[in-house]
Amino acid sequence: MKNSSTKERVTWAVISVLVLLYALFPVASILATSFKQPSDLTTGKFLPTEWSTVNYEQILVGDAQGLFLSSLRNSIGIALIATFIAVVLATLCAYAIARLDFPGKKMILTTALAVSIFPVISIVTPLFNLWRNIGLYDTWPGLIIPYLSLTLPISIWTLAAFFRQIPWELEQAAQVDGATTWQAFRKAIVPLAAPGVFTTAIIAFFIAWNDFVYGISLTSTEAARPVPAALAFFTGASQFEEPTGAISAAAIIVTIPIVLLVLLFQRQIVSGLTQGAVKG
Amino acid sequence: MSTQVKTSSPATGNKKRAAQPYSERARGERRLGWLLAGPAFVVMLAVTAYPIVQAAYDSLFNYRLTAPSEREFIGLGNYGVILTDFVWWRDLGVTLLITVVTVVVELILGFALALVMHKALKSVRGLLRTAILVPYGIITVVSAFAWFYAFDINSGYINNWFDWVPGVDPDLNWFAGTWSSLFVIMASEIWKTTPFISLLLLAGLAQVPDELTEAAEVDGATWWERMSRVILPNMKAAIMVAVLFRALDAFRIFDNVFIMTNGAFGTEVLSLLAYRTSISRLEIGMGSAVSVLLFICVLLICFIAIKLFKVDLAGARGSK
Repeated sequence: MKNSSTKERVTWAVISVLVLLYALFPVASILATSFKQPSDLTTGKFLPTEWSTVNYEQILVGDAQGLFLSSLRNSIGIALIATFIAVVLATLCAYAIARLDFPGKKMILTTALAVSIFPVISIVTPLFNLWRNIGLYDTWPGLIIPYLSLTLPISIWTLAAFFRQIPWELEQAAQVDGATTWQAFRKAIVPLAAPGVFTTAIIAFFIAWNDFVYGISLTSTEAARPVPAALAFFTGASQFEEPTGAISAAAIIVTIPIVLLVLLFQRQIVSGLTQGAVKG
Repeated sequence: MSTQVKTSSPATGNKKRAAQPYSERARGERRLGWLLAGPAFVVMLAVTAYPIVQAAYDSLFNYRLTAPSEREFIGLGNYGVILTDFVWWRDLGVTLLITVVTVVVELILGFALALVMHKALKSVRGLLRTAILVPYGIITVVSAFAWFYAFDINSGYINNWFDWVPGVDPDLNWFAGTWSSLFVIMASEIWKTTPFISLLLLAGLAQVPDELTEAAEVDGATWWERMSRVILPNMKAAIMVAVLFRALDAFRIFDNVFIMTNGAFGTEVLSLLAYRTSISRLEIGMGSAVSVLLFICVLLICFIAIKLFKVDLAGARGSK
């Protein structure tokens, strides 16, 4: 008995190491590259021969500073605003779907589903033309509006799944106990709904943060270009210099906070993603 | 056995109230419902329905942004040009290949991962779930660069790692050939999204009643029999949702291809074709036609999936 449990433990240790390698390898890879000096980039070795922060200096205080920091500012601002709008609209919508009875409920959910399967590239061609005509090309609203097509559907589905599990009778119970309607809602329902809203906001933020197609198609300068698009159009300090190191350093800077956020709220994110997708 | 995904919900009580026709309450609820849900509905329509209608309209014109004055109505001419050009069919083939391969590999890998997590000892379960969430937090572009630099002929180290294997060319330029490029593109795509599939399948596994599996075990069913007769049929809904949504995602693949090859060496996918036609070459009419065709392809995939697998999409995704 004891023997088999030792064996079992070893097996699980091996499996865990394999899974960890799988999950962390590309991160480790780009982290290692980000600490290489330009002369070190073509050695074909995984680790730098000499660790250097020259790439981080280049994008944070050096030549590429303007390019990177402005795209970081754009990404944070645009993704936060798009998330905020999507979560507010989705909360109202999901509340109505979970709580009220009205014709067209199923149609709204089906529309959300249809919007989420829409190919982004099919939306971007007409928007590119329209945005140029009405002056939204290369502006923050020019990205925030199309980002709603990415963030709204999943927010509605995730929140509707959360809200369906809330025992709404609590509200009535609180009213019976003498609370006003608003008090009952605020004291009984809001604490139960808040975690779902928060989780949805995190998921929506990731989706906006991850966008690439809108980012490269609807922007042309530092005025609105978000990080993923900026990375793709990044060129070296001089035309003879490969931007490999700078891109890797920038990639690490935009990855570490997001990964920490995921790890911090992993339990909520997993339940949000799977509930929205698999059950109601 | 039918799917058991649907769960009853506390909101069912509302049905009874609404049964009294034209009561004041029902009318108020209906108005409030649309008042709250309406804005989201309108925004969703505006950001998708409008562009696709506009694209359908623009696709009927010979319309280049470089020569707007020459804009003229040519009916379905753009579609004729695209559908008789080998580029469209080659790109469709590449897109379908990527879709099928990545979905199959992700499903097998994701199911294995889900089984591992389902069976895992409590002590490592949390660790495994935490680890596989890391790829979820990484933006696709960053993952594409990570894979690109690892295999790139200049900065890559992968070739060096395998030069002791006989028959491996240590100077192989991965991004100078169709198959080797596609391999890295697909590896990056699979790495990024398999964890999400495994989480979906894990949720599906958790819904298979333990009594069923235990009963089968008592009756002497082998591992394979339990898997194919009890567990998989009970997870059908979760599997179908995972397959369909990943297939649609993979069919729209863009970031990885754009970063790694930009379509060189026959790796161009349909999204990239649409992007290049309208945004790079500014041929709005032609690009709109490609966009509309891509949209029709996505609709076809959904339609086939619904008919073939009898997926109740809305039902499986949680509506009542």
